[in-house]
Amino acid sequence: MAHAIPRLPDTQIAALSAAYRSAQAAKRRTTLIGVLALAILIMVAGRVAEVDLVKLWNNAGQLTSYLGRIFYLDNGRLVFTDITDWYWGLGRWMSRLWDTLLIAYLGTLFGAIGAFFLCFAATINLAVNPAQRFFARRFLEFCRTVPEIVFALIFVVAFGLGPVPGVLAIMIHTVGALGKLFAEVVENIDMKPVEGAIASGATRWQAIRYSVVPQVLPNFASYALLRFEINVRGASVMGFVGAGGIGQDLIEAIRKFYYSDVSAILLLIIATVMIIDLVTERIRHRLISLEHSR
Amino acid sequence: MKTSRMFPDQAAIRAHHAALVAGPQRERWVTLAIVLVMAGVALLAVVRLEFSFARLGSGIVQLGTFLGLMVPPTPGTQLWALLKALAETVAIAFLGTLLAALIAFPLGFLAARNTMANRLVRFLTRRFSDSIRGVDTLIWALIWINVVGLGPFAGVLAIMTSDIGAFSKLYSEAIEAIDRRAGEGVTSTGGSRIHAIRFGIVPQVMPVLISQMLYYFESNTRSATIIGIVGAGGIGLYLAEMIRTYEWDQVAFIILMILVTVAAIDFVSSRLRLAIVGERTGRL
Repeated sequence: MAHAIPRLPDTQIAALSAAYRSAQAAKRRTTLIGVLALAILIMVAGRVAEVDLVKLWNNAGQLTSYLGRIFYLDNGRLVFTDITDWYWGLGRWMSRLWDTLLIAYLGTLFGAIGAFFLCFAATINLAVNPAQRFFARRFLEFCRTVPEIVFALIFVVAFGLGPVPGVLAIMIHTVGALGKLFAEVVENIDMKPVEGAIASGATRWQAIRYSVVPQVLPNFASYALLRFEINVRGASVMGFVGAGGIGQDLIEAIRKFYYSDVSAILLLIIATVMIIDLVTERIRHRLISLEHSR
Repeated sequence: MKTSRMFPDQAAIRAHHAALVAGPQRERWVTLAIVLVMAGVALLAVVRLEFSFARLGSGIVQLGTFLGLMVPPTPGTQLWALLKALAETVAIAFLGTLLAALIAFPLGFLAARNTMANRLVRFLTRRFSDSIRGVDTLIWALIWINVVGLGPFAGVLAIMTSDIGAFSKLYSEAIEAIDRRAGEGVTSTGGSRIHAIRFGIVPQVMPVLISQMLYYFESNTRSATIIGIVGAGGIGLYLAEMIRTYEWDQVAFIILMILVTVAAIDFVSSRLRLAIVGERTGRL
C-alpha cells in the first residue's frame, strides 16, 4: 500500500524554499567573486610571467621532438637497439651517481644531527626560555627558506668547486627542514616521563636523553629517511652550479645537445630516486609499525 | 642496613633478572651495529668527497669575509629591476601551481583505488607521476627552455611539470582516504558514477586539495627563486649573477627580499587556507 508522505502547507514550503534559494544565491555569489578574483590574478600573473600560449602551441611540437630526439643515438637509431652505445659512459656516470648519493647521505646525516640538537630549543615544552625559542625558530626558518642551490652557489665561491659545497648546502637546508618537523614531534610527546626524570634530579639533556629520545626516535628516523629521499633529488642538480655529483654531466649533456646522453642520465637518476623511494618507504613503514606496537 | 639498601648488590640483581637484562642488551648491539654502519658510510663519504680540515677552515674564513661584505645590504642601482624580477617569480609560482593542480586533478582520480577499478590504468598513472617527480624542477626548466625559449614562461611550465607528479600522488592519497558512504548514497538514489564522484567525493576532497595547493604555492615560490639560475625567469638570474660577480651586499639584499616574500606568501596562504577550509586542516 502506498503511504502518502504528509506535505507541509504551501505557505510554509514557499517560505522555506525562498530561504533555501537565497542561501544558495549567497553561496553562489561568494564563489563567483572568488572565481573572478582568481581570473584577474591569473591574467595579471600571465602578463608578468610572459605566458604566451601561441608560442607554446607553435612550439609544442618541439617538446615531443625533443623528447623524441633524446631517445635516438647519433647514428639515427633508437637508443634501445644498442644499449652499450647508449650507456657508453656508464662507469663514469655510476661513479658520479655514487657521489650524488654520498652527498645526499652526508648532507642528511649532518643536517639531522644539527636538527636534533637545535629542535628542542624551538619547542614550546622544552625550550629554556621564550627568547631561545624565538631565535631557534627564526634560525631554522632562515635555513629552510633560502633554497639549497643558493647556498651551494655561495659555498662554491667560498670552498671551491666539488662536492664539499654541495654537502654543506644540503646540510644547512636539512637542518632547517628537519628542525621544524622534529620540533613538532617533540611538542606532541607525553610530558610525564620528562617530569619524572627532572623530579629525580636529571639535568635538561639527561631528561631529553632518557625521557624524550625514546619517544621520538622512530619519528625522527622516519622524517630523516624522507628527507634523504628528497636530498637525493636535490643532490642530482648540485652539479648545475659546480657542487658535485651527476648534475654536472647532465647539464653538460643538455647544453651541448648530446641527446642520447640526456636520456641515459635522466633514466639513471629516475631509477635511483625510485629505488631509494621504495627502500626508504619500506623502512619507514617498519619504523612506524614499531612505534605503534609500543 | 641503610647503605646496602641504597647500593644493592648489582651483580645479584642482574643474575636474578637475566632475561630482562638480555633483551635490551641485544637491542643495544643492534643499535651499535646501525650506528657503526652509518658512521662507516659517513667516513667513506668524507674521504671520497675530499673533505679536509684545511679546505673547510679556509672556506669558513672566506665565508666570514663574505658575511662582512654583506652588511649593509643594498639594492645597488637596480631596485626596480629586482622588484620586477620578484613579481615575475611570484607569478611563475602562482601559475605553475594552479596549472599543476588543474592537470593533476583528473590524474588523482585515475590513480586512486576507489575511483579507478582498472589496475593497469592505475599502475601507469602512478608510474607516470613517479617518473615526473624523480626529475628535479631545475632539470624540467632546462628541458622547457628548449621548447619555449629562455624566460619566465619556461619557469611556469617547469614548476607545473614537477608539481603534476607531486599533486597527483597527494590527490590520489586524499581520494583513497575519503568516507565512501557519501558516494554510495548518491549511487543508491540513482546517481551515475560521475554523479557519485561529483557530489560524493569531490566535496570531501576539495578542502584537502585546496590546502595542499596553497601549501605548494609557498614552497614553489622558493623553487621559482632559483630557476632563474638556468635562465627560466625570476629573481634567480640576478642572484646568480651577483654571487658570481662578488656583489655581496646585493646578494644579501636579494636574499632578504626572498625571505620577506616567502614569509608574506606564507601568511596570506595560511589565512586563505583557514578561510576556505576552516579549522579542520589546521594543526591536528
